[in-house]
Amino acid sequence: MPWAAYGRKPATSEQALGFTLMLKYNQGMADRAAWQDSFDHSPTRPAQFETMSGVPVQPVYGPDGAELPGQFPYTRGPYASMYRSRLWTMRQFAGFGTAADTNGRFKELLRSGGDGLSTAFDMPTLLGRDSDDPLAKGEVGRAGVAVDTQDDMETLFSEIDLGAVSTSMTINSPAAVIMAMYVGVADATGVPRGALSGTIQNDILKEYQAQKEFVFPPRPSIRLVTDVMRFASAELPRWHPVSVSGYHIREAGSTAAQELAFTLANGFAYVEAALGAGMAIDEFAPRLSFFFNAHMDFFEEIAKYRAARRIWARWLRDRYGASDGRSLQLRFHTQTAGVSLTAQQPEVNLVRVAIEALAGVLGGTQSLHTDSFDEALALPTEHAVRLALRTQQVIAEETGVVHVADPLGGSWFVEELTDEMERQAEEIFAHIEAAGSGSMLEGAYACIEDGWFIAEIAEASYQFQSKLAKGDWIQVGVNGYVEGDDTAPATLSIDPAVETQQVASLDAVKRSRDDDAVRQALARLVTEAADPTVNLMPALIAASRARVTVGESMRALETVFGTWYERSVV
Amino acid sequence: MSAERPVRVLVAKVGLDGHDRGLRIVARILRDAGCEVIYAGLRQSTDTITATTIEEDVDIVGVSMHNGAHLTLAPAVVDSLRAAGLDTPVIVGGIVPPADIPILKAAGIAAVLGPGASNEEVVATVLAAAAPVARA
Repeated sequence: MPWAAYGRKPATSEQALGFTLMLKYNQGMADRAAWQDSFDHSPTRPAQFETMSGVPVQPVYGPDGAELPGQFPYTRGPYASMYRSRLWTMRQFAGFGTAADTNGRFKELLRSGGDGLSTAFDMPTLLGRDSDDPLAKGEVGRAGVAVDTQDDMETLFSEIDLGAVSTSMTINSPAAVIMAMYVGVADATGVPRGALSGTIQNDILKEYQAQKEFVFPPRPSIRLVTDVMRFASAELPRWHPVSVSGYHIREAGSTAAQELAFTLANGFAYVEAALGAGMAIDEFAPRLSFFFNAHMDFFEEIAKYRAARRIWARWLRDRYGASDGRSLQLRFHTQTAGVSLTAQQPEVNLVRVAIEALAGVLGGTQSLHTDSFDEALALPTEHAVRLALRTQQVIAEETGVVHVADPLGGSWFVEELTDEMERQAEEIFAHIEAAGSGSMLEGAYACIEDGWFIAEIAEASYQFQSKLAKGDWIQVGVNGYVEGDDTAPATLSIDPAVETQQVASLDAVKRSRDDDAVRQALARLVTEAADPTVNLMPALIAASRARVTVGESMRALETVFGTWYERSVV
Repeated sequence: MSAERPVRVLVAKVGLDGHDRGLRIVARILRDAGCEVIYAGLRQSTDTITATTIEEDVDIVGVSMHNGAHLTLAPAVVDSLRAAGLDTPVIVGGIVPPADIPILKAAGIAAVLGPGASNEEVVATVLAAAAPVARA
């Protein structure tokens, strides 16, 4: 039977042979019986798995001997049953104004059935600057929520049981400081640390390459990353301490293959850093997660996700010696491409986002953020955010694409593109590895220090701009089908009073805290920062408890770690 | 100032925003068009922009903003230049809601370049804004 449909079938004797299955699994051989066993042991959503016209649909398709989802190297998906068990998490990123404003939005989200919170911090917080810092002027509470002290963090999560929700915090340079504040809130509200569940982005390498929210030089920054990883491993078993992110690399202008390769190379660098910090591979690798972009070239994006899973599985097993299946399964969040949105004829962005989101789903994403159509003009309005969420719901409920795992697997085109993505990524890995004399971590440092990543991304983004300029690539409404009378939708504006309020509340905290305790906490931070064998998390938690601000902790660390400046090369 | 001299453009990110893709592309487009581009890059303040404008004898300043802080930061750049006795025109590029454009112009911003601006539009806007200064 060349094209068998694998569904619920009678169990075979092979099912019981766990050892045989494990052996085959480790050899990367497709094993129908093993797949069937995993599938049968996975929960099934209450849904009709058939086409609109009533044709029954199997959970996966492919010829005998073809790779199956949930099996090494996971090209077809990390799990045997994929969306039949559980849809992706529809996780919309939000944060604005003061901690109290965002707390209100969080509580509303939880009341309406959400179970995951995703926190956007404002630019000063992301750069480790307090709201009263001269550099923060005009940016407090604008693109996210302002957090200066543990008091703000307590307000942000006020009346929310941190043991019962999953919280995602998108922050990098000050990740350890913010993580310490979150733990501080749990300690203060009697939630056991072990009950905390969520993700902190804590991916510093892509900051030097693309997002540019760096503070310290790369090496001490990596020490902070591994301090959070070690702390999470010891005390926060349900926490994801790093989300390795390609999203920003792509937004900065890279190609799909560069996004794939730089991101996975960064992942390998974190693996090497954690191994170097004395952790065991299967102790931390299952808690690493990824974050990719969903851009407009539909099949290339799907091929990128498939290649990512395959490459990660191979490298983790063959190069880093991981044996736990969860260490090999790349799981990822997806966000649609902000940079693909146009200010011209902005309603058309709804169509772009739908196509990009569909690519993420067909590529097997575990969670998804859909951009709002007005984001090329301003921060999104509530109306636009709702339409973005509805887009995901249409894909989930109306299209039927969720019935079958990896529905494009076996397409000659998609398989070829997947191989090509992998081939291009391996070429890039070879460059980085050579730059690091055999180490991916040293290679990352070297290619950051000589500006290689930035130059590669800038060149790719210039090439794309040139295609637009020459009309070799048509962007509807921009260099084709231009209307000239683009009507602007209503946009969101942030009340400038937020900055004044936040500065006043920071001032109140500073006046009411114990100054001796603050001095002692900062002195301890400086002493321990100078000793790379010490994990800084306990000192940061103590500082948070003493109401040391984010900016004060960061400046104290900066006296030891130094400051990173980007080489101004165009 | 010699009429033969190429237009000197300072391009910079003001404040903390790190979205520098547009700035880098604009720098290359202007360089390809024969301008002399001074790329100040990330995290510039009004003071550093004014100082560089003087040191580098700049004809026009381009600042890039994507984080919603343009109404605060862009007029501050203009004010800082004027306080130093400079009439150097300032162009803003990035995410600016259409309703904010008249506010920026009233605050002394010479022009605003939004997402999707073509290469020709970028060059024409910069040269037009620089022209009165270059003639002076």
